[in-house]
Amino acid sequence: MLGKTAGSLYWMFRYLERCENTARIVEAGFYIALTRGRSASDELASIMRSAGVEAKYLETHQTVDGAKVIDFMLRDRDNPVSVRSVIDRARSNARTARTALTREVWEAVNEAWMVVTGALKTPVGDADVPALLGEIKRQTALVRGALEGTMLRNDIFDFCQLGLHVERADATARILDVKYHVLLPSVSRVGGSLDNVQWETILRCVSAQRSYGWVTREAPGARDIADFLILNTAMPRSLAFCQARIAYALISLNDAYGTTHESTRHCARIRERLVPGSIDAIFKSGLHEFISDFLARNQALGSRIEQDYRFFA
Amino acid sequence: MIFYDEMLAGDEPRAPYATYHDWYLRQEPKRLRRKIREAEALFRRTGITFNVYGARDADERLIPFDIVPRIIGADQWARLTRGIDQRVRAINAFLHDIYHDREILKAGVVPRALIENNAAYLPQMIGVTPPGGVYTHIVGVDLVRTGEDDFFVLEDNARTPSGVSYMLENRETMIHMFPELFTANRVQRVSDYPAMLRTSLEACAPPACKGKPVIGVLTPGSLNSAFFEHAFLAEGMGAELVEGHDIQVENGRVCMRTTQGYKPIDVLYRRVDDDYLDPLNFRPDSLLGIPGVFDIYRAGGITLANAPGAGIADDKAIYSYMPDIVRFYTGSAPLLANVQTWRCGEADALAYVLDNLAELVVKEVHGSGGYGMLVGPAATKAEVERFRKILMDDPSNYIAQPTLALSTTPILSKSGLEPRHVDLRPFVLVSPDRIVTPPGGLTRVAMKEGSLVVNSSQGGGTKDTWVLED
Repeated sequence: MLGKTAGSLYWMFRYLERCENTARIVEAGFYIALTRGRSASDELASIMRSAGVEAKYLETHQTVDGAKVIDFMLRDRDNPVSVRSVIDRARSNARTARTALTREVWEAVNEAWMVVTGALKTPVGDADVPALLGEIKRQTALVRGALEGTMLRNDIFDFCQLGLHVERADATARILDVKYHVLLPSVSRVGGSLDNVQWETILRCVSAQRSYGWVTREAPGARDIADFLILNTAMPRSLAFCQARIAYALISLNDAYGTTHESTRHCARIRERLVPGSIDAIFKSGLHEFISDFLARNQALGSRIEQDYRFFA
Repeated sequence: MIFYDEMLAGDEPRAPYATYHDWYLRQEPKRLRRKIREAEALFRRTGITFNVYGARDADERLIPFDIVPRIIGADQWARLTRGIDQRVRAINAFLHDIYHDREILKAGVVPRALIENNAAYLPQMIGVTPPGGVYTHIVGVDLVRTGEDDFFVLEDNARTPSGVSYMLENRETMIHMFPELFTANRVQRVSDYPAMLRTSLEACAPPACKGKPVIGVLTPGSLNSAFFEHAFLAEGMGAELVEGHDIQVENGRVCMRTTQGYKPIDVLYRRVDDDYLDPLNFRPDSLLGIPGVFDIYRAGGITLANAPGAGIADDKAIYSYMPDIVRFYTGSAPLLANVQTWRCGEADALAYVLDNLAELVVKEVHGSGGYGMLVGPAATKAEVERFRKILMDDPSNYIAQPTLALSTTPILSKSGLEPRHVDLRPFVLVSPDRIVTPPGGLTRVAMKEGSLVVNSSQGGGTKDTWVLED
């Protein structure tokens, strides 16, 4: 396979995943804006921070206002993570990788792009936001479904999986990075309704209110949420889960190509820090440091993969 | 002017259309109109769109598709393909000759100056024999019709003919929308075109090729208006779709950057013009090509399809000599006729053309896409006069042809079936031991009433082209 094609597959799935993540955090933001009155603008700002675009927003807006934030996150082409920006990029990468995709996968991406960009041509009224966010998540899920159902399990599939899980790990870690302070013991000891809002936001951002409940059978608490999002190997958006999938894809590429690349070792070193049951140790040595370190390593892993498989000349 | 209607003779359908016509009369007009919208949605979903340069992604366009098929009977097709075969054989012999012994120039059949002063003639190709001796691996022969058995070649596209993806996708769309038509009519398959193309290209592998030939499709990139087709063909052939920056020269081979390092390409189906192919040997400012590819080509390290320099065969000035060229190399009379052509560079011809400008079609020798031409009968007096000046400034840059009474095939409009002018581009595959013309082609149709210009850049559309079985 061409290095460029591998790169386009990888980035196509990173952008599709980013699209879904943006939709998910907008959903959390929308919910907060509707229900939380005065504290809403702080929450909306932190949501943009987790996507790395708070500063970008403030360049062109004076106030953090629900409708404006939602428009910025969904439609603004100057916002590199807006749904419109990333679905464009996902589709343009799919076009470049067209020869490596089944007709079903290509048509699913192309249709996702048509439906989503069509719906975002004009500003979205409050009343239409929930349905639209549902549609965005449904469209990206259809692409994953087509991939699952029609693609050979070979190097093509592995590059798709790598992009998807590198991006997903990044998104979950960013949410933790922005919210780490509410998970710190000193704060959670204070308890109170403010913390509950924060915790709820975190779980909403990763669509995990329900699954969290299944796993812990308890009300949200800082330690358990951190454990769930960082170390739980059954939670499909946790750092440990994503890294396990990355490791699996890299090993299968090694088998196919008959060489072990640096990225495999890099991933193994990341996974050494994600040992089940180590959440207390993580808190002890500093949650913030842990997350910052993870983000840097995950990003370095992405660059390593690009080099190892010659995405660029 | 009377135009030959391919579907109807008076009120009665002609033989190839009989079954279709019968089916059509039984259809609800409302259902058919819905099908038009459905077809458009299908094309959009498949992504058969073309980019308009400088426009944003939302402005990707569709070439209009008409749901009434163009139908050709088996006998007619057999006659056509014999003529195409002969012509394409002659084109390849001609190309080999003008880059080697130049017998045709010595015999005075084609003027020496016409070759030597021609921008499409590549001196770099002199003495070079392409692998398998094939110059034009893929040819698009543009045919027009004026009567039951009157077909003419309007143009030979010997460089990088495009449009074959429409031949295939139009068929897919029709089968999807009207499966019942394909049970009632025995239409010959075109869907194996990518496999045939692959086989044909593999048969032209270069001497350096070891084992199963690796095929690459070279595209200018995803912003090119024909990118969909490039990707489509690469996918269909199981070939890699490469751009200049995916490629580098290593150990005398042209290699592509794969996830496991650089690997040699044996056959490159390039959808990039000669000029842009190799910045070292041709245009130094080209960013699309591969520096040094031509040297490797000459050394037998790669096959380029079509061969560099093949474009001279579709030059419009050469076109006028094509009947002589066919006779010269095949020793028999051409089975397919040329359209009568006046070379404006010749004094007598120019005088005739100037006297009859309002009745003629005048084309630039190197023009394409329906630009820079005059369709006399459709032009205003002022336009004719303006063109007269342009023509007189540089007569040898123009040829003129009579305005042909192009045949019509109906399209489905709001008020039902309406005749529109069509042409036909079959795609011909050439390998060292055979020439194959898959049963079908691209039918282009002028969507505007009365218009004779079928080019998509001028608002032309396409139709599914059926060749019936015996």
